[in-house]
Amino acid sequence: MTAPPGPHPGMPTYLGMPSFPVAARGAVADSQLRANLAHATHTIRAKRAGAVAELADWEQLRAAAKAIKDHTLAHLDTYLLRLEANVTRAGGHVHWAADAGEANAIVAGLVRAAGADGVVKVKSMATQETGLNEALAADGIGALETDLAELIVQLGHDRPSHILVPAIHRNRAEIREIFRREMPDAPPGLTDEPAALAGAARAHLRQAFLAAQVGVSGANFAIAETGSLVVVESEGNGRMCVTLPRTLISVVGIEKILPSWRDLEVFLALLPRSSTAERMNPYTSTWTGITPGDGPEHFHLVLLDNGRTAALADQTGRQALRCIRCSACLNVCPVYERTGGHAYGSPYPGPIGAILSPLLRGVTSPVDASLPYASTLCGACYDVCPVAINIPEALVHLRAKVVDAKREKIFSAERAVFTLSGRVLRSPRLLAAAQRASAVGGKLFARSGRIRRLPPPLSGWTDTRDAPAPPPESFRAWWARTRGTRS
Amino acid sequence: MSASRDQILARIRAATGGAGRLADGDIDAAYAALPRDYLRAHHDHDITALFAERAADYRAVVERVPEPGLAAAIARVMVGRPGAFVIPAGLPGGWLAEVPATTSLTRDEPPLSAAELDRLAGVVTGCAVAIAETGTIILDHGPGQGRRALTLVPDFHLVVVQAAQIAADLADAFAQLDPSRPHTLVSGPSATSDIELIRVEGVHGPRNLHVLIAEV
Repeated sequence: MTAPPGPHPGMPTYLGMPSFPVAARGAVADSQLRANLAHATHTIRAKRAGAVAELADWEQLRAAAKAIKDHTLAHLDTYLLRLEANVTRAGGHVHWAADAGEANAIVAGLVRAAGADGVVKVKSMATQETGLNEALAADGIGALETDLAELIVQLGHDRPSHILVPAIHRNRAEIREIFRREMPDAPPGLTDEPAALAGAARAHLRQAFLAAQVGVSGANFAIAETGSLVVVESEGNGRMCVTLPRTLISVVGIEKILPSWRDLEVFLALLPRSSTAERMNPYTSTWTGITPGDGPEHFHLVLLDNGRTAALADQTGRQALRCIRCSACLNVCPVYERTGGHAYGSPYPGPIGAILSPLLRGVTSPVDASLPYASTLCGACYDVCPVAINIPEALVHLRAKVVDAKREKIFSAERAVFTLSGRVLRSPRLLAAAQRASAVGGKLFARSGRIRRLPPPLSGWTDTRDAPAPPPESFRAWWARTRGTRS
Repeated sequence: MSASRDQILARIRAATGGAGRLADGDIDAAYAALPRDYLRAHHDHDITALFAERAADYRAVVERVPEPGLAAAIARVMVGRPGAFVIPAGLPGGWLAEVPATTSLTRDEPPLSAAELDRLAGVVTGCAVAIAETGTIILDHGPGQGRRALTLVPDFHLVVVQAAQIAADLADAFAQLDPSRPHTLVSGPSATSDIELIRVEGVHGPRNLHVLIAEV
């Protein structure tokens, strides 16, 4: 017997997050944070547009990527079995994890079996999602993040706020302070020049790379036809982690799969230009199982579900599984630009996070029920998405799911208000009475033509927005009085 | 372990339509029919110049040298950098013909440890393929390129690209590769965009990339 597909409450780090509007309030009031985000997102926005405009066939590449991903998702079981067979044939071991806890337990077991008490990690969204570092720490295993931004987050006892640049909320001066405070070997005269900060990270991590016994990675792509894994990166920390340790463990979401090697000609054209606005990122590594005499002697692939099959079962939401984690949608989003990533209560912030998190986790928690509303539906995210995920469509679909979930509750103030409104709008007599009442109410609560604060339960509306004062006389009352003649 | 495997596969099958599922051959046919209306290449002439320009865009040092002058160019670059170079097995013999005896050369036989590699100044290699459109060099770590650690740990990488190895774009380059081998795609020296989304060269990989394009 198999349990029916259902969202899984994974992502342990983020349990207990308040709803998006509550969490965003502090962020929006933080002027330093807003300045950092505006600077970074505007810089990358213009560069991305330039990198994309260079390719005359961008829309055709997008269409091909969408078609490849949709096809793969429609036949995901077949492609996963092919991947498993080909990884195994090439000397790797494949593990299947239904949820975060199982994935973390598999990794911890493999690290212990390798006789190690620490791992070096290349930035991976999948292991952020499973809370692997915390789970390993509970098992007495240290996990060292080696991506520069992840290192900044880890040293700053902070949480990532962006898919690609987890420390995007920090500017160079703040990063220097974190390094000076938390990095014992930081050079004494460390400046806030980005090159100097990168140099400090290089020196700090060098010995860890050279001595590492176990590396942990994710993967950007896994090729079913060949059993190859692909990691796209910039710094060389990914190459270190997948090359130097004797044991390599890659935790990969089941949706990362592509049918064939050839598909890389599409996805490696789309991903770097969409994420860092480069024609190509500095380093991409591919490997297939074990290569004697070159790289790790043991390779383990952990295939992760953790809610993905629930997302797959959602006909409209399924498209979110096409995501290649480029973060272009974050960089153009007017909401993300102002709130930053932490308010989204998930390793996946921004527009894609607003649909992916509720799809993976369900809409029962306050934060997941609020995420589909964390958008103006302007559609900028859809325009830039390299795999053409219609994020506004998915947001509206998920809003309906949130409302449906609330319907199951015994009492909802919102539902009561709308039931009452329906009754009033159906009756001319009640409507006229309501309009007279609102004109009186407007006089009581409006200042300079705007209503800024209402008593409970209507304060729920005015907490985050104001409203125009109702007119002193309704149109229907005016018409009845004057018949349209100027008075 | 296999319980989760069965569970995940069953959930996928339930989510993707159960009985109306295709046989393996039909899935391959559906895949082959997917739209691929994009260009196989964005440029079709003067590919060598395009590669040189785009590799240099990412702060690699790029020189175009006539094939007969290659050994002299390699010697000149190596002499300019103090310290020992690691030489991968299978490097064409003539390439090092003019390197003076004062330059120390180390073979990777028996394989050097990561710590030993860290003490070396640089590495000289060839490559498998290059991509003009993106300024990318692809190593498949075959003869003349060394195992992956050789082009990763030392801080300086001198790479020779034969002009005939330059593909116009990704499609032609990937078609030439053997997926069963490990690959490293290199586009400029190590860099990061992690501070304020500005690209800065020089983190963990080689901070200096010198490309010699050998032209017949």
